[in-house]
Amino acid sequence: MVEVEREVMEVAMEAGHILLENGAEIFRVEETINRICRHYGIESGSAFILSNGIFVTSGNMREETFARVQHIPVSGSHLNRVAAVNQLSREVEEGRYTIEEVREHLREIRQMPGKSNHMQILGSGVGSGAFCYLYGGNLRDCTAAFLAGVVLYAFVLYISSPYFNKMVSNIAGGAVATAACVVLYELGLGQNLDQMVIGSIIPLVPGVAFTNAIRDIADENYISGTVRMIDALLVFFCIAMGVGLVYTVRQRLIV
Amino acid sequence: MAGQVIAAVAGTIGFSVLYSVPRAYYPYCGIIGGAGWFLYCLLIEAHSAPEATLFAAILVVLLSRLFAVKERCPVTIFLISGIFPLVPGGGIYWTAYYIVTGEMELAAQKGFTAVKVAVAIVLAIVFVFQLPQKLFQVKWRKTDDRNVQERWKR
Repeated sequence: MVEVEREVMEVAMEAGHILLENGAEIFRVEETINRICRHYGIESGSAFILSNGIFVTSGNMREETFARVQHIPVSGSHLNRVAAVNQLSREVEEGRYTIEEVREHLREIRQMPGKSNHMQILGSGVGSGAFCYLYGGNLRDCTAAFLAGVVLYAFVLYISSPYFNKMVSNIAGGAVATAACVVLYELGLGQNLDQMVIGSIIPLVPGVAFTNAIRDIADENYISGTVRMIDALLVFFCIAMGVGLVYTVRQRLIV
Repeated sequence: MAGQVIAAVAGTIGFSVLYSVPRAYYPYCGIIGGAGWFLYCLLIEAHSAPEATLFAAILVVLLSRLFAVKERCPVTIFLISGIFPLVPGGGIYWTAYYIVTGEMELAAQKGFTAVKVAVAIVLAIVFVFQLPQKLFQVKWRKTDDRNVQERWKR
């Protein structure tokens, strides 16, 4: 009996881990852990979730004591994994799986591939080109922004995310995107430098952190919400710094 | 206008690739991003950017919740990429630009507008999430179960 309880708590924690790591809101993590505990008959399970950690305990008069803390550094946002765990937890509630099967499914979800690097680079390019158009660029500007977006994401995937920390990688990312635009502009592709740069820095904007911060604060998860908001604001500032850096250098070179 | 909406759809889908949204949901993300930007374009003619953003963001959150209930998946998936066109990316750029060129007044003005736009998005998200889940459920009940079954097989 003790073994089963331990297993349920571990599986619940694993589900929470995958959700939190891949950009789910705090309340969803909490709810999923509680759902799994309750469904497999652990009444005393209780979870406390922060933006980068999970604390789970159980134990009362009848049930064994279990306590565990996990530190969860935020990695990339794979929303497909969030969707899959969410789906799994619904199906658990319908009583379709034994606890071993849930563990097995979680292992599969953890190994679900994200989009390939090529697709991500293409996505970034398309996004940049399209947003350049939204901000008033013409078709030539969009082509340039597309190229800058491609260069930016190749830089993000192969250089900054393996080697740099968050602040440096965002400053460098903003600088690389802006520099790519300046070069293309000087070469004569694209006529509105401003719109080109706006388009090409958009892939760096911290959409997940910003949106989740708002939702966490609205759910009264103030600690996590504040941390995520600071995270988002910091990234915004870093991008702006990267852009400013390249412009300052450019001004000096021209004068 | 049509070109603008198409660009918004393409851009939104581009970013849903970056966040590894499952492929089956790309059309929804596109529709949400396109609809939000369409409303923004209509409103920006006569209103300020924060006002236009507020209503466009409300539409985006409403649609995201609707599709999330229909597809039985986390609303985050639709919301994050759909809200992207409304995020004040231009505001950040102009603020940085004017700080570099030393025009502090313009920098402050642009920065403050960007903050107001962000607040409009916050308000839209906070208020629309207060609406009860039931409101979004009624219409789709029939298709639900089939979809769930199919997706899990994929």
